[in-house]
Amino acid sequence: MPKDHGIGAATKRREDVRFLTGKGRYVDDINRFGQTYAVFLRSDVAHGRIKRLDTAAAAAMPGVLAILTGDDFKGMGGLITAWQVTDRHGKPQLEPRHPVLAEGMVRHVGEPIAAVIAETEAQARDAVEAIEIDIEALPAVVDMKAAVEAGSTQVHEGLGSNLCFDWGFIEANKAAVDAAFQTAHHVTTLELVNQRMIPNAMEPRAALAEYDSGTGQYTLTTTSQNPHVIRLVMGAFTLNIPEGKLHVISPDVGGGFGSKIMNYNEEACLTHAAKVVDRPVKWTATRSESFVTDAQGRDHVTKMQLALDKDGMFLAVRTETYANLGAYLRLFATVTPTYLHGPAAGGPYRTPLFYVNVKGVFTNTVPVDAYRGAGRPEGTYQLERLVDKAAREIGMDQAEIRRKNFVRPEEFPYQTPLAVVYDSGNYHATLDKVLEMSDYAGFEARRAASAKKGLLRGVGFSTWVEASGLAPSQLIGSLGARAGLYESATIRVNPTGGITVFTGTHSHGQGHETAFAQIVADQLGIDASLIEISHGDSDKTPFGMGTYGSRSAAVGGSAIFRATEKVIAKAKKFAAHLLEASEADIELADGQFTVAGTDKSIAWASVALAAYVPHNYPAGSMEPGLEETAFYDPSNFVYPAGAYVCEVEVDPATGKVEIAAFFAADDFGNVLNPMIVQGQQHGGIAQGIGQALMENGVYDDEGQLLSGSYMDYAMPRAEDLPMFAVDHSCITVCAHNPLGVKGCGEAGAIGSPPAVVNAVIDALHRGGHSHVTHIDMPVSPSRVWSAING
Amino acid sequence: MTKVSMTVNGKTVSGEVEGRTLLSAFLREGLRLTGTHVGCDTSQCGACVVHVDGRPVKSCTVFASDVAGSSVKTIEGMANADGSLGVIQQAFQDHHGLQCGFCTPGMVMSAAALLAETPKPTEQEVRHYLDGNICRCTGYHNIVKAVMAASGQDVSALAAE
Repeated sequence: MPKDHGIGAATKRREDVRFLTGKGRYVDDINRFGQTYAVFLRSDVAHGRIKRLDTAAAAAMPGVLAILTGDDFKGMGGLITAWQVTDRHGKPQLEPRHPVLAEGMVRHVGEPIAAVIAETEAQARDAVEAIEIDIEALPAVVDMKAAVEAGSTQVHEGLGSNLCFDWGFIEANKAAVDAAFQTAHHVTTLELVNQRMIPNAMEPRAALAEYDSGTGQYTLTTTSQNPHVIRLVMGAFTLNIPEGKLHVISPDVGGGFGSKIMNYNEEACLTHAAKVVDRPVKWTATRSESFVTDAQGRDHVTKMQLALDKDGMFLAVRTETYANLGAYLRLFATVTPTYLHGPAAGGPYRTPLFYVNVKGVFTNTVPVDAYRGAGRPEGTYQLERLVDKAAREIGMDQAEIRRKNFVRPEEFPYQTPLAVVYDSGNYHATLDKVLEMSDYAGFEARRAASAKKGLLRGVGFSTWVEASGLAPSQLIGSLGARAGLYESATIRVNPTGGITVFTGTHSHGQGHETAFAQIVADQLGIDASLIEISHGDSDKTPFGMGTYGSRSAAVGGSAIFRATEKVIAKAKKFAAHLLEASEADIELADGQFTVAGTDKSIAWASVALAAYVPHNYPAGSMEPGLEETAFYDPSNFVYPAGAYVCEVEVDPATGKVEIAAFFAADDFGNVLNPMIVQGQQHGGIAQGIGQALMENGVYDDEGQLLSGSYMDYAMPRAEDLPMFAVDHSCITVCAHNPLGVKGCGEAGAIGSPPAVVNAVIDALHRGGHSHVTHIDMPVSPSRVWSAING
Repeated sequence: MTKVSMTVNGKTVSGEVEGRTLLSAFLREGLRLTGTHVGCDTSQCGACVVHVDGRPVKSCTVFASDVAGSSVKTIEGMANADGSLGVIQQAFQDHHGLQCGFCTPGMVMSAAALLAETPKPTEQEVRHYLDGNICRCTGYHNIVKAVMAASGQDVSALAAE
């Protein structure tokens, strides 16, 4: 096995060379001969009726080639949502039409109304200013609870309600859960807000569409986490272009965090526009556009309760959540607050009874969809804040209450009462590890040292588990998914022994080109430099579902593993023939095929060549070539888990919170590349701390986004964060995928927000401000100061 | 349109620009040096940082015509003469100081400016200096490590891992 670049090696990333030398190729870096530019006219009101839209003057401006409006898309489909949620009364979710460009009404600030296509971007921008538009502003509904009250403004006239669904999970449990609360020794109640987040991948979205009028072929180069999904949903449901006529490419993509999963209005508009003007059309979002068009995240308001017995054992959890969906349903809008959120109420605990109610609500705000963690951070935050509060109320140590209620190591596989089976885990091990890492025993001395500086020190816990590695198709199909969630891989062995791996996943920061090569190098025992990874091109890669939900290693990596197994099986036939031995006796190690128990062997490259040079095959018995494809559909989710400890210092005079230290002990199963995994831990934790302390997507009562730029939306910067202590040595191997891996991409963003907020509450309690039982995120200085002095 | 000339990465270049053409646009569109990225429209994110006469500048906030005659250095000019990664670039790869790569050119250019001013910065000095560069992927941990390692300091004890 190649030690420096096989599975488990901290191989340096091959993709870094191009990124570090300015040779990355992001969508906006690509230009085509004869390229034109699109700029969008967008709604500046959150709700309104378009009384007049006159493009004549704009169309006469210099360089303008075409102006598209909603009328150009009227006979076509809208943008679809990928999941059918059935509510607690058996009613399907409400699905309003989501037009490519506004059709008479606008429903959120930033909604595209018209697109100007011009010779230069500046000309297009000038012409947008010349479009004459008269929008009758209507009252906007922004508050979720107000939106579902009788007489509320309707986001979609004719839909009948702003309530998209009223989901109960599991509805049949409701009576038993309510009964458990009647007889419980102690009930802890908490209401909290999981605020609106704006994903803010550093690369703004961009698209470049081309049309070949000679062949009828469209090519869309776009900032997507899943080009095949874009080809399918945009082609089949919006523009009615068959897959064979639509080629979607996602080249280097500068971060996604969920916001580049969805098919977007601009992609469909540009693809159509390229045909209209018969020239390539490019659009690159300004950051201001990104703020009001990229799918946003979270935005839940939750009331929840935990029932405990006299020993602190959890008896039941019940929650009621209002989930803001924004004005339209994007691709994963309805599954994110339901099936990706509800099961998180279980956490790593043995709680026997749950009832989760979620009301998905339309408002006149930017659509909400998956953001790093997608539903699981919301559920984990609720549960870990609730457990923290319960421990304070019954006077139990924060580590102890968790340990006591954990699923025990010997209970795996563990059937939760929430539809999922945890295949493996050891929550006691990660908790023990993080207590050791953080020197929990020494906390009091650190608290005293902080106190000498006039600062209140607190320690916060979060122990979490998530269902990720999104798949398996059968289960998600039964829950309402309109697609499968397997992954694909093709291993193409080239005649001289080099390999190209085609994966249906997409890398936009995760280092697949390095880590996936490690898998194949490990299996074949050849140098990783012989292996190229190809992704992000619907014409090259087999149909695949892309990268999100911490699925790339667990599902995509497993598909690569399986395809490589098929390659090895076929290569052994060639080797057996060449070595004049029985196929069953052929062994592969270190890139050599050997006849077991002999010194007869042949190198990998010679077998590859023989596969493509069929001069000496037994007549009729062997098929030339060495290329295999596998589709991998796992039997279960994967369940990464971890234990986090955060220590904060709070300045009671200003309310300012500093992260003094952050410790993460995670169980990701086997690890392909520890360097990359640690990077994912760091980044996820940073995003979680950003949510806990700084970031906030704020709308005013009229639906204007107040935090619509980096001047107003507080992105974490280098000075806001500490060094992180992260560990992934507590390994329980995934029981059902061939690599034994779990996901790591979302972990930090799921586990860290409650650890931070719990630490702040702890600091205030220890500092004598025990009247403060909760502060909503972001736990800003003004909120902390107000809570202390409130 | 006016003609501007400047030195970019050691080569004299010239081109026609409008008065409103930003340096970032001139580099990207005019010279095809697309390593300089534009991540925001309020001079906040720092993905567009280049050096103008040795000083770090956000190229999205400077008119191309205003730097006529200057010497500009971009990420494309940071490798060694033989094409191998320069010290800071190599440290970013060695310490996994980048993920999606979009903020990276600006980070490297800011880091180079820092090390020119402060050859052995402390962790806090690195964090303070990089406050004008936003990264969404790394949590800055490995960027800070990479910059300190590039300065020749031992970073093995910087954080438990």
